[in-house]
Amino acid sequence: MKCGNCGEREAVIHLTQVQEGEAKTVGLCEECAASKGIQTQAAATETPLGGFLAALWKGPDPTEEVAQTGPCPGCGATFADFRESGRLGCAQCWQTFAVPLRVLLRRYHGATHHLGRRQDVGPSASDRSREEVAADLKGRLQRAVEDENFELAAELRDRLREMP
Amino acid sequence: MIDLSLVSDGGIGWLDASGAESHLVLSTRVRLARNLTGRPFPVRGTAPDRERVLDAVRAASAEIPTLNRAHCIRLDGLARIDRQLLHERHLVSKELAMPDSDMSPRPGAAVLLQDGVALMLNEEDHLRMQGLVSGLSLDGAWRIVERLDSELGQRLAFAFHPEFGYLTSCPTNVGTGLRASILVHLPGLVLTKEINKVLQSLVQVGLTFRGLYGEGSEVVGNFFQLSNQTTLGKTEAELLDHLAKIVRQVIGYEERAREVLLRDAPGVIEDKVWRAYGLLRYARALSFEEAMNLLSGVRLGVGLGLITDAGMYALNKLLIFSQPAHLSAGAGRELADDDVPARRADLVRRMLDTEAGRSNGG
Repeated sequence: MKCGNCGEREAVIHLTQVQEGEAKTVGLCEECAASKGIQTQAAATETPLGGFLAALWKGPDPTEEVAQTGPCPGCGATFADFRESGRLGCAQCWQTFAVPLRVLLRRYHGATHHLGRRQDVGPSASDRSREEVAADLKGRLQRAVEDENFELAAELRDRLREMP
Repeated sequence: MIDLSLVSDGGIGWLDASGAESHLVLSTRVRLARNLTGRPFPVRGTAPDRERVLDAVRAASAEIPTLNRAHCIRLDGLARIDRQLLHERHLVSKELAMPDSDMSPRPGAAVLLQDGVALMLNEEDHLRMQGLVSGLSLDGAWRIVERLDSELGQRLAFAFHPEFGYLTSCPTNVGTGLRASILVHLPGLVLTKEINKVLQSLVQVGLTFRGLYGEGSEVVGNFFQLSNQTTLGKTEAELLDHLAKIVRQVIGYEERAREVLLRDAPGVIEDKVWRAYGLLRYARALSFEEAMNLLSGVRLGVGLGLITDAGMYALNKLLIFSQPAHLSAGAGRELADDDVPARRADLVRRMLDTEAGRSNGG
C-alpha cells in the first residue's frame, strides 16, 4: 500500500481517525507520519519507556477480553495501537480500556486510584492540614466500602495507616 | 536565529547557583502533565486539533499573572539549530524540539516562557507545565506549578477522571501528572565507586535517575537527574516529601564520599582537580564529553575549596553555553561540526580567564 499523503513511498503505519462521527483509515509512510506529528512504532519503542511498557506486557496476557473491545469511540484508537506505541489517543481511551489499564497501573504504580489534587476541589493536599486529609480519606473509605469497591477501600485504609 | 534575550532571564534563571546546596545541586524542576477535555492527545490529534489547544491555552495564559508576559515560541516554525538551542537550555524536551532532526516538529508544538516557567504545548500531553528553580528547592518549584495549575485550571477544562485523576497520554504519568527532578553533581560517589550502590537503592525506593538531559540521555560529567518514578496513588505532597528525603540522603553520602577522598587521597584529588582546571584554561580544542568531565573535576575542586579561581555560576553557565547550538548562537552563524571543539575551548578559556581575573581582584 502506498502512502496516502505523498503517494510515493510505502505506507508503514495505518491511522484511523474519527472525523464527523465517521472512522477513516489512511496509510502513511514514515516521513509523512513524522511530518504530521504521528509517532511511528519504531520511534516509540526506541524510547526507554516504550521498551519498558512492552516488557510489562510480557507473560500471560491479563487482558484477553480486550480483544473483543472495539476501538475508542473518542479517537478510533484500538487497544493494539496502545500496546504498540505505549500512548493512549484521548481522554475517552481511559474509559474504553479501563479494565486492562487498571492491571497496568497496579503493576507500574502499585495503585489504581488518584489521591492528589482534584480538578473540582480547590486547595491541594499539600495545603491541607493533616486532619482535613484524614477526614477526606475516611469519607472516601466509607463510600468505597458502601460501594463494595474493596480494592479502593484497601488502598485508602493503607494510606490512613501510613499517615504521619 | 531566535533571540532568547527577549525571554525574561533568558530562561536560565535556574542556572544562577543562588539556591540551597548549589555546590551540589544545579536545579530543581517540577512538571505537571495536563490535557484538555474534548480533544485527542497531541500524538493522535490532527493539526487543527493541536492549533485549537494552542489557541485555548494562549488565551487563558494572557489572563494570568504567571504567564501574561510570556514569550511564545512555536517549534514547528523553527530551524533545527534554534530548536537545539532551546533543548540545550533545558526549556523544551527532546520529543517536542526534535533537536537532532531536520524534520519539523509536529504542527502546533510550542513553548511559553516566563520567569522560571516553561509551559510546553502539544508535547506528549497538551500541556506540560514546568517550574524551574536554582539549587535544591522542591517547595519553590512546586509553588510555581501549583499556582500555574490553579490559575489555568480555572480557565481551562482539564481531562480528569474520579478514579484515575488527571488523564495523560502515557499511563506512567497519570494521576498527579507530577514529575519532580533534581539535577545533582555526584563526582565523590563516582570516584569512590559507591555510585552504583546508591543508584540501585534509588530504584528500590521508587525513584529513578537519568542523565543531564532527562529521559534517554546519557550520564555525562557526573550529573544525575533524580526523580519520582510513579505518579499515581500518592498525593503531590507525599511524592515531593519522599523525593526530598531521599535526595537529602544522597547529598549526605556524596559529602561523606568527598570527606573520605580528602582524608585518604588528598594528593590524588588535588592533582585531579587542578589538572582538569589546567586543561580547561589552556586547551585549544575540547569535545563535549571531555569538557563535561573536566568541568566536573573543576566543580569538585571548587566545592572542596581547593580551587578559588572560579565561581559556581560561571561553571553552570559553561555547562550550557559550551554546547553546539549555544556556540553557534555566540558565533552568530551555524558552525560546522569541525569548528565546534575549537570554539568550545575558546569560550571555556575566556570565561575561566574572566573568573580568575575577578577572584584575583583584577
